[in-house]
Amino acid sequence: MNEVVIVPTGSANLASVRAAFARLSMASRLAQSAADIDSAERIVLPGVGAFGAAMEELRRQGWTRALSSRIEQRKPTFCICLGLQLLYASSDESPGIEGLSMIKSLISRLPSTVVVPHMGWNEVKVQDRGGLVRSGHAYFANSFRATDAPNEWIVSRTDYGGEMIAALEIGPVVACQFHPELSGEYGLTLLEDWLAC
Amino acid sequence: MLATRVIPCLDFLDGRVVKGVKFQGLRDSGEPAPLAKRYEAEGADELVMLDVAATSEGRKNAAETVAKVRSVLSIPLTVGGGVRSVDDAARLMDAGADKLAANTAAVECNSLLSEIAGRFGAQCAVVAIDAAVHDDRWVVLTRSGTTVTELDAIEWAVKATELGAGEILLTSWDRDGTQSGYDNELIYAVASRVRVPVIASGGAANPQHMIEAIRAGASAVLAASILHTEQFSVSDIKRAMREANIEVRLR
Repeated sequence: MNEVVIVPTGSANLASVRAAFARLSMASRLAQSAADIDSAERIVLPGVGAFGAAMEELRRQGWTRALSSRIEQRKPTFCICLGLQLLYASSDESPGIEGLSMIKSLISRLPSTVVVPHMGWNEVKVQDRGGLVRSGHAYFANSFRATDAPNEWIVSRTDYGGEMIAALEIGPVVACQFHPELSGEYGLTLLEDWLAC
Repeated sequence: MLATRVIPCLDFLDGRVVKGVKFQGLRDSGEPAPLAKRYEAEGADELVMLDVAATSEGRKNAAETVAKVRSVLSIPLTVGGGVRSVDDAARLMDAGADKLAANTAAVECNSLLSEIAGRFGAQCAVVAIDAAVHDDRWVVLTRSGTTVTELDAIEWAVKATELGAGEILLTSWDRDGTQSGYDNELIYAVASRVRVPVIASGGAANPQHMIEAIRAGASAVLAASILHTEQFSVSDIKRAMREANIEVRLR
């Protein structure tokens, strides 16, 4: 099926995400049900806003299991910004709220030594080879960050108040802390490569 | 390293760019979308669009204009002017804005910034502050500079970030249109009191002015007329910044 299915987490910049896919001549629509998330060929989990609110929305809709299971099965899934953070166990942003816990680590606040939010174009450095993400400048807008990931994930990093994770990948499962839909040609190339994989 | 941002600003009215636009090679220079696309191609890091319509009637088509720009733009888009409620914010987000800038309404209704930040995240909530010197201090102006408030601009900047603003678009009303450079003392006074990024606005005539604003503490520089009149391109500005050892994203 020639479309991507976007999981509405309640408050994302969906118009920008959909516009980016439209520029790649790819139709998009919003997910309607857990079965939809399960059966879609390609899922996008975008997100701006708070960790707790997004998890509560996913739980209210009953979508968490469908998301976790397609990621475990390595079905094509693209997580953006907060979407990456939701893969983790929990976040300093919303203490006591459990994430999707695909990765058993924590999301922490950026240190007080830097201007927050981390807003603008920063350099993505590919640490492990073999993934879709390339080195280059991408657009970030985050106040919280991931710093570690298990070995099976292909990792790219950036520097802001110390090293943080810029992107994680396993096969067609890609999670970016940056916004590919707002990262000019760099971001469009990544989305295009993902659509082709 | 995080790159310092150069942000073109398009003032628009009824679907047209206003304020001294003189683009060669663009047949219809008043269309926002081709200008936006051109700035992106020159290396703009973000784009700001300000609706200068004075009435809600005049603002009816703002979302349509935003949607046209969004469809061609692959960099972040901040929209300001007429953001008076969280519903206005939601409508502009649906049209393709990534951040919302609130000015007068944020001053008159303090809950607006916290509502926008609560719904879309602090990184979406931009407070636009128009400041001018009155009696040896900076005060906040509202209603496009026509109303002088008693509010201290520095204190308002601090309070706005406490309310949830994730970024400050700081315009010197004294410098705007003068081509005499940004008000760097104002930039320093605000940037040294807040943790969020400060975008310098008002008064730039050349790249050197931008370099000075960044040294005063700005995380980004906004420019309108020097870009619209083609005195400088975004890439001219960025090359000058790089020569001054400022980290930029060059294409």
